[in-house]
Amino acid sequence: MTELVTPPSDADATANSPPVAVGRVVAITSGKGGVGKTFVSANLAAALAKRGKRVLVLDADLGLANLDVVLNLYPKITLHDVFVGKARIEEAIVQAPGGFSVLLAGSGLVEYSRLSPEVRQDFLRIMAGLTPDYDIVLLDTGAGISDVVLFAVSLASEVLVVATPEPTALTDAYAIIKVLAGQQKRQTIRLVVNQTARLGDGRAITAQLQQVVDRFVPKQPGQPLRLVHMGDIPADPQVRQAIMRRQLLLQSMPGCPAALAIAQLAAKLQEAVMR
Amino acid sequence: MLLNFVLPGPRCAHQTSPNWPTLRPDLMIDPADLRLEGALALLEHDRSACLPDAAKSATAFLQSVIDSLCEMSLTDALTGLANRRHFRTVLTREIDVVARSGDSALLLMLDIDHFKQINDAHGHPVGDQVIQAVARCLSHCVRPMDTVARYGGEEFAVILPCCQPLYGKIVAERIRQSVAALRIPASEALELSVTISIGGAFAPKWNRSSATQWIDLADAQLYCAKTEGRNQVKMDAEQEISVSAEEKSLLFGHLNQSDAAWLETHNNETPAKTSTAMQ
Repeated sequence: MTELVTPPSDADATANSPPVAVGRVVAITSGKGGVGKTFVSANLAAALAKRGKRVLVLDADLGLANLDVVLNLYPKITLHDVFVGKARIEEAIVQAPGGFSVLLAGSGLVEYSRLSPEVRQDFLRIMAGLTPDYDIVLLDTGAGISDVVLFAVSLASEVLVVATPEPTALTDAYAIIKVLAGQQKRQTIRLVVNQTARLGDGRAITAQLQQVVDRFVPKQPGQPLRLVHMGDIPADPQVRQAIMRRQLLLQSMPGCPAALAIAQLAAKLQEAVMR
Repeated sequence: MLLNFVLPGPRCAHQTSPNWPTLRPDLMIDPADLRLEGALALLEHDRSACLPDAAKSATAFLQSVIDSLCEMSLTDALTGLANRRHFRTVLTREIDVVARSGDSALLLMLDIDHFKQINDAHGHPVGDQVIQAVARCLSHCVRPMDTVARYGGEEFAVILPCCQPLYGKIVAERIRQSVAALRIPASEALELSVTISIGGAFAPKWNRSSATQWIDLADAQLYCAKTEGRNQVKMDAEQEISVSAEEKSLLFGHLNQSDAAWLETHNNETPAKTSTAMQ
């Protein structure tokens, strides 16, 4: 367990940082890479935008996210320029094809992939400045359970874990859920299961994860950790096609099963976090 | 003779430096203006470099000079292994791969035990022979995808991508035994044998860490192996995620019980879904 969590000093810093926003910042994370985290972030943003919400997706992987690739956006000014004081935050925000805003980290931020107190401060400052302008902010975090991922998640009021039915993805999803329960005292973690083969897979997987959580994750005083199944995204050949064409599924094939599932997910998420 | 000179684009986007010089395709270079003497003298010493005839194709000749210099800049002169620069590049790339894929990658740091005594007793040329013999042995012990490097002096490093945690110690132990079994002919009357100490560490998966941190982990284990008597392998405690076998068994219990039925449903349903999917 000790290898997983950030060092005590880091954990303290996270715990002491003031909450940036209430109810509107959703971290999208997965433990394992390659389960469709960025695909979900981008298309979920488009679905929420379609519902009339002002949405911002923030590349919280500090430059290793594929958000730019998925959206086919290569802006000149990125979060990196804002961090180093070369540009203002408004200049770094770009409009994505799906009617939402995107803040890309820029590859220069890779050098900040070890979290220094300055990077934390910069991040907090930027988040605090942004949240009033949007109805919902999605944080597309990196793969793994690094200190960067945990810090990004700590800025969010809600966590959406993306998993697939694959055993490795489930193990990693469980691992990050466990860490978030322990380190951030999360009481609700939302789950979306991507690439399901049949109806009910996601619900069964969530129930199974909940059983393991109940048995093995130490109970916090007060409420125990509850996993909320937010929906399934069925395995759908159209997804691959859209990704290859670098299009948003919700724009290019809005009627396909996976797109409909994401639209449903958006409705459910909106209801859950914007009450 | 004038030469049309175009720099090839970099192979991967992430290797692009923002300051990558792009030469205009119409830029003409006269090979007679180039000062190649230094480079050619260097390559002459390196017998492996075989340059094509400059009179036939200036482009092929220059390309070959560049390739040979690149090769030389990545190779250790004494052993032909990857040099420290090359090692560093591979290690840095590997740690990025691990951060994304979650694969296990192993780094071994190896050091010949009591090497100074060999040098002192038999002279430096024999010491060089020993280093070369150990280098050959290391290369034979690993897979083609692994990188064996001379880290410095009598110290070596091996990077093993996609190495299961289970096999780490086995691989390291096999290397240690192979080296110990070597009989190195130093002269007609003299056969030497050496032992090595090995420290190993898997790339830290859940922290996007630096190559330096990874080296430090393996180095700490090498130090342990040295202080605890040499000729042994020490491995960093596994950085595996803390999901116990018991937790996994509960997580996948349902799959094992109904595995056949589950797979059947997958096979039956996937084509049906494909055909009903909307265009």
